[in-house]
Amino acid sequence: MPRARTKPKRKPRKAAKPGGGRAKRAPARRRSKPEPYVPRLANLLGISQLAPADITAILDQAETFIEVLKRPIPVVPALRGKTVVNLFFEASTRTSTSFALAASRLSAQCVNFSIGSSSVKKGETLLDTARTIEAMRVDGVIIRHSMPGAAHFLSRRIKSFVVNAGDGCHEHPTQALLDAFTLRRRLGTLKDKRVLLVGDIAHSRVARSNILCFSKLGARVAVCGPPTLIPPHIEELGCEVFYRLDRVLYEVDVVNMLRVQTERISSSLFPSVREYRALYGLTAERLSELNTSVVILHPGPVNWGVEMDFEVAELPQALILNQVTNGVAVRMAVLYLLAGGQVGDTDTAETK
Amino acid sequence: MKQIIDAAELNRLIDRLAADIASRNKKEKNIALVGIKRRGVPLAERLAARLVKKRAGEIPVGAIDITLYRDDLQLVAETPIVRGTEIAFDINGRTILLVDDVIYTGRTTRAALASLLDFGRPKAIRLAVLIDRGRRELPIQPDFTGKTIETRRDDLVDICLEEEDGKDGVFLTLRK
Repeated sequence: MPRARTKPKRKPRKAAKPGGGRAKRAPARRRSKPEPYVPRLANLLGISQLAPADITAILDQAETFIEVLKRPIPVVPALRGKTVVNLFFEASTRTSTSFALAASRLSAQCVNFSIGSSSVKKGETLLDTARTIEAMRVDGVIIRHSMPGAAHFLSRRIKSFVVNAGDGCHEHPTQALLDAFTLRRRLGTLKDKRVLLVGDIAHSRVARSNILCFSKLGARVAVCGPPTLIPPHIEELGCEVFYRLDRVLYEVDVVNMLRVQTERISSSLFPSVREYRALYGLTAERLSELNTSVVILHPGPVNWGVEMDFEVAELPQALILNQVTNGVAVRMAVLYLLAGGQVGDTDTAETK
Repeated sequence: MKQIIDAAELNRLIDRLAADIASRNKKEKNIALVGIKRRGVPLAERLAARLVKKRAGEIPVGAIDITLYRDDLQLVAETPIVRGTEIAFDINGRTILLVDDVIYTGRTTRAALASLLDFGRPKAIRLAVLIDRGRRELPIQPDFTGKTIETRRDDLVDICLEEEDGKDGVFLTLRK
């Protein structure tokens, strides 16, 4: 089939605000039970562009993909013939693998664009790379880049859908969605739950996306870390700020540990790894202070013995591996919603 | 929109369908029903309730969502929401009775067959529908039919079931 999608797809893109841009809802159908809300997403650039209803709808879809992943043949033909590209300008194994797996579980093809062997080494710009890839006619681009806004930049210049898999210190929306999904599966809801993010809030895109995502779902979010790693005005995102872990740890429902970015330790943002562990690490000793129902998240990879002790991860309420498993289902939902339907005038009508 | 089948007749049709299924599956020990979402599911449950009275033993009921197997996913205007498949039993070696409210083009059934076969290798798959409105686009025919009605391509046939719509009945809307 000729790529009929390119033409009509351009139009809503211009009208929508740059970024997530949701198109208007389809006319109500003549069914008696209310139809579920369908998010019309052009791209997934950040949690900030998503309405709470969009987030809930993505998580609901992910729930159905959990069932698909448990089947003897965990593959469905939904995105047969679609191609997505993993465009990773920063090192990543779990995110790119997770996206590649999600695509293949939906029967889409996923091509990995490896930065080491690409023309980027020869001085190709991001735009050139993107245009080259688009000329190869792909349906979607999953991008990770060290520059905040790289995904936004790309989405305004290419017709394929764009998924932000992390842009510098800005956002990492699929991580936030899978964390919210993991919490929702464990706690039932995030509404009125107290979630504490601990660690390097200033440099963490996971922190930014998670604060936004959890608050949009009704959670009460707080952050905790050394003053040097808490950015000014963070409370404007709607979270409380704590500098002493022991003061707040015992009263929260969820502790979301963040990775200590060891590449920044040398930049004297905190005195030593030992001191960090003593003040902000989720150590075996601190466990005694935790009530047993507190849920522990970590986006990985974990620096064992720095932000978290190995014994802690062994606990039943540590959901680190659930996060990884759920990541595939959540990314399937994202890819399905972005690539599944198509802007056009064919009706869903009766096809019994 | 006019009502072509009322609640009483709809129940008689289900009774007759159940009797037909029972009489033609007397020797079948290992049978399970799988309803196609959405209205095939309550229909499958009603059929199972009637079949259990006619024969000994449990009859498991599953639900299948064919959205991810549709052949028009790339054509529809809006990404359809996936409602999820629930098949809690092993389909290998079983006779599976696929249940839907209406059969029209046959494409839903095709998708359901493809989806079901990804769960294993049933002994046989049969198809039961409440209404056959004709106009098939694929070589698929039901084994058990409640009622056949004549329709034109543009007509809309709406089956209403208590569980989904708050009332029982079949409605036909003629499109100009």
